[in-house]
Amino acid sequence: MNDETPQTPETPGGGGSAPEPGPSLEKAPSGPWPSVPQDGSPEPEPESSGGGAGAGSAPASGGDTPPEPSSRWREVFREIATGSLLVSVLSVFLAVVVGSLMILLTDETVRESAGYIGARPSDFFYAVRDAVVDAYTALFRGSIYNTNVEGFDRRIRPLTETLKYSGPLILAGLGVGLAFRAGLFNIGGRGQMLLAGAAAGWVAVTVDLPLVLHLPLAVLAGAVAGALWAGLAGFLKARTGAHEVIVTIMLNYVGFYLVFYALSRQGLLQAPGSGNPKSEAMPESAKLPKLLGEDFNLHAGFVLALVAVAFVWWLLNKSALGFRFRAVGENPEAARASGIHVGRTYTTVMLIAGALVGLAGVNQVLGTATSGVTVDLDAGIGFDAITVALLGRSRPVGILAAGLLFGALKAGGFSMAAAEGIPVEIVLVIQSLIVLFIAAPPLVRAIFRLPKGATA
Amino acid sequence: MTTLTEKTPFVPDPDAPVVTSTKGLLKTPIVFGVVTVLVALLLAFKSREGDTTFRIAADTDLFELPEITVPSTPSLATVIVLLAVCTAASTLLASRNRRTPLWLVAVFAVLAVVGFLAWAAAGEAVPMVGLLSGSIALAVPLVFGALGGVLGERAGVVNIAIDGQLLFGAFAAAMFGTIVGSPWGGLVAAMCAGALVALVLAFFAINYFVDQVIVGVVLNVLVIGLTSFLFGQVMTENPTGLNDPPHFSRIPIPLLGEIPIIGPVLFRQTILVYIMYVGVGLVAWALYRTKWGLRVRAVGEHPKAADTVGIKVNRTRYTTLIIAGLIAGIGGATYTLVSVPQFGEEMTGGAGYIALAAVIFGRWDPIRATLAALLFGFATNLSGVLSVIGSPVPSQFMLMLPYVVTIIAVAGLVGHSRAPAADGVPYRKG
Repeated sequence: MNDETPQTPETPGGGGSAPEPGPSLEKAPSGPWPSVPQDGSPEPEPESSGGGAGAGSAPASGGDTPPEPSSRWREVFREIATGSLLVSVLSVFLAVVVGSLMILLTDETVRESAGYIGARPSDFFYAVRDAVVDAYTALFRGSIYNTNVEGFDRRIRPLTETLKYSGPLILAGLGVGLAFRAGLFNIGGRGQMLLAGAAAGWVAVTVDLPLVLHLPLAVLAGAVAGALWAGLAGFLKARTGAHEVIVTIMLNYVGFYLVFYALSRQGLLQAPGSGNPKSEAMPESAKLPKLLGEDFNLHAGFVLALVAVAFVWWLLNKSALGFRFRAVGENPEAARASGIHVGRTYTTVMLIAGALVGLAGVNQVLGTATSGVTVDLDAGIGFDAITVALLGRSRPVGILAAGLLFGALKAGGFSMAAAEGIPVEIVLVIQSLIVLFIAAPPLVRAIFRLPKGATA
Repeated sequence: MTTLTEKTPFVPDPDAPVVTSTKGLLKTPIVFGVVTVLVALLLAFKSREGDTTFRIAADTDLFELPEITVPSTPSLATVIVLLAVCTAASTLLASRNRRTPLWLVAVFAVLAVVGFLAWAAAGEAVPMVGLLSGSIALAVPLVFGALGGVLGERAGVVNIAIDGQLLFGAFAAAMFGTIVGSPWGGLVAAMCAGALVALVLAFFAINYFVDQVIVGVVLNVLVIGLTSFLFGQVMTENPTGLNDPPHFSRIPIPLLGEIPIIGPVLFRQTILVYIMYVGVGLVAWALYRTKWGLRVRAVGEHPKAADTVGIKVNRTRYTTLIIAGLIAGIGGATYTLVSVPQFGEEMTGGAGYIALAAVIFGRWDPIRATLAALLFGFATNLSGVLSVIGSPVPSQFMLMLPYVVTIIAVAGLVGHSRAPAADGVPYRKG
C-alpha cells in the first residue's frame, strides 16, 4: 500500500551564488504586525501595489521647499525595501542560508573539525567554507553553466536542462494557480498528470498518423483527460458541495490505480508481450520535437509552457471569463449577488486548470520520458506545482519565474547529489522555506530590519 | 480565498432546521440506490459458484465459535433484496421530509460489505478476525491524525500539516527510541515532534496571518524534505545507532481478550491502541463537556464574541494546536514503534491527507472522525486480504475502493456539512 506516496522527491537548491550566513540572522521580534495584503494570498491587484504612494507624495510636498536629495534617496530606498520583489529575493536568500546550515550540520569534515575548534579554529572555518562553496558551485554547474567541460555548447547544456525541467513545473503551476484565483485548491495535480499522460500515450501508441496530425491529437487527448479529471472535482463541488481538497486528493489515488490497471493489462496500455506496468515507447510522429537538435534534451514542451503563460495571462486579465474567475475567488457571495453562476464557474475553472496540469503530463510522456508511460510519470511535479503557484503568487508571470527557479534547483540538485553526495531532498527543504518566507513578508522584513510595507 | 472550509451560504439562519431542502434529503437514497445497483451488477455479470466461509474464531477464544459457511450466489441475492429494502425505506423517509437515520446507513454498509465478501471470496474462507484486527492496526495513525485535525479546526485553524506531523513523529520516534533504547522515549519524542510542527503552523498562521492551507501544504513538503535529508545524510550512516528502535509488543487484556471476535480484534493490541481508545473518549469529553472545550469551540465559531467575554483567542488557538500536535505525534509513533521497526523515507504515504478526509467526513466531530478513520482502515485492509485470498476483481480496483468510497461519501452523504464558522480565518484583534 505504501508504494503510493503523493510526494516524490525532486530537487532544487539555492540561487546561483554561494552566500555565507549573513550577520543579520537575529531572531525576529515577534508581535502583531499590521496585516499586509500581499501576504501570499492570491489577490487580483496588479503587481505595482508596492510603491505608488511613496513616489507620489514626494513631489506633492515639494511646493516651496524642494525635497532634499537625501530624503528622496530615502524614498527610493523605501520603495525598494517595501516592494514585494525585495521580499521575494530575501526569502530566497534566507532559505539558502538555512539550507547551508543544514549542509554544514551534517557535513562530516565540518563536524570533525568542530571537535577540535579550540585547538585549530582555521580548520573548522576552512571546512565550513569548502562545504558550502562546493555545494552551491555544484548546484550552479548543474543548473546554469558548467565550467568543468570543454566547448560552449557543452558548458551551456545545464541551462537547457533547467529549461527542460521548468516546462512541466510552469504548466502544472499555471493549473494550480488558475484554480487558486477562483478560490479553489487543486491538490490533484498528480492524478491529472497521470490521466493526461496515459491518454496522450494511448493516442500516441494506438493511432497511426503523420506528425502534423498525430502530435496535436495526442497533446489534445492529454489535455482533455486532465481537464475531465479535474473538472469532475469542480463539478462535484458545484453540485454537491463536496470539498475540492478532499476530492482532488482522492482522485489522485483513484487515478493512480486506474492508470496502473491500464498499464498492467494487455490490450489497454501495456506494451505487447511485456509483463511490466509500462507502455510501448512513443513513436517519432508523436514526440515533442527537440528544440536544439539531438544533443540537447530541451524539447517543445517549454514552448508549450510559454504559450500557456501568455494564454493564462490573457484569460485572467483580458477576458470576461477570467474576470468571473477572479470575482468568485475574491468573494463568492458578492459574485453570486452580481449574477455570476458560481457553481458553473467552479466547474469551468477546474476544467481549464486540469487541461493545463494535463499538459504537464503530456510534456513528460511525449517529451521528457518518451520510453513509455509509467505510473510515476508525474515525478512529483503535481505537488511541486503547488509550491510553484504559491511562489508565483498565482500570477502567470510570477509562475513563469518560479517555475524557472525551481527548474534550476531541480537540475542543480541532481548534480549536487552526484558531485557532493548531498541528498537531493535539501532542495525540497529550500523550496518549502522559500514559499514559507514569501508568504510572511512581515517576518522577512523583521529579520532584515526593513521598514514596514507601503500599506502600513 | 482558499480556506479549507465549506461555508454554507444558502442557510442564512444558523438556527434554521437542519433540513432546508428536499434536494439534500434525496442524497442518501440516491447513494443507496447506486450502491445497490453496483452490487446487483456483480451478480449479473459474474455469478460465482461455491460456498463462502466466514472464519470468526481465534485460538485464544474462551469458547469456540463455529465457522459460518454460506452459498455464495443465494447469499448475494438475499443481500441485494435487503439493500433494495433499505433504499426503499430511505426514499420513503425522504418523501416525508425526514432524514435517513444513522443506524440504517450502518446496516446498509454492513450488508453491502457482507454481500460483496460472499461474492468475492466464493470457494474461499474469509479470516474475519484478521480482517478486523488488521483494520484497527491500519487505522491507528489515521485516528490520532484525525483527532488532532478535529481539535485544530474546532479552534479555527485548518491543519493540512497532519501528514507532516505524522511523518516527523515517525522520524523522531525512530531516532530517539533508538538512542534512549525504550519505545516510551520514542513516543515522547514523537509527541514533541508533532507539537513542533504544530507550533510552526501556529506561528505563521496566527502571528503572521499566512493562509493556513498554504502553511499546511508547505510544512508537509518541508517535513518530507527534512526527514529524507536527515535520513540520507545521518541515519543511513549509522542505522543500528539511530534507526533501530525497540517496539511496543502486544498486550492481551486478561478477560476481555478472550471474548470471541471482540477479544482478538479490540483487546489483543499494543498499548498505542489502548491509548487511542482512551484518547478518543478524552478528546470528545474535553471538547463537549469541559470549560476548556467550550472555549475552544467558541474561538472556532465566533472569535470576536469569545474575545468580548475575555477569552484569549490566539492563546487558546496556540494551546489547542499544540495539544493537537501532541496527539498527531502519537499517530506518527505507530509507524516506527509498531508496524515497521525502522524509519523509511516518506513512510506515511500521504496518510495525513486521509486523516484530513476523515476529519471532514466525520463532520469535525471526534467520534465520527474516528469512525471515518476506522472505515478507511477497514477498506484498505479489505483490499489487502482479498488480494491474498484471490478475488475476481483486479487488485488495483480493490485498492481504489477506499478513495472511491470517500468521494461518494463526501459528495453524497456529507455534502454541505458545516465547518466551524471561523475555521481558517485568522483573528485580528480590533
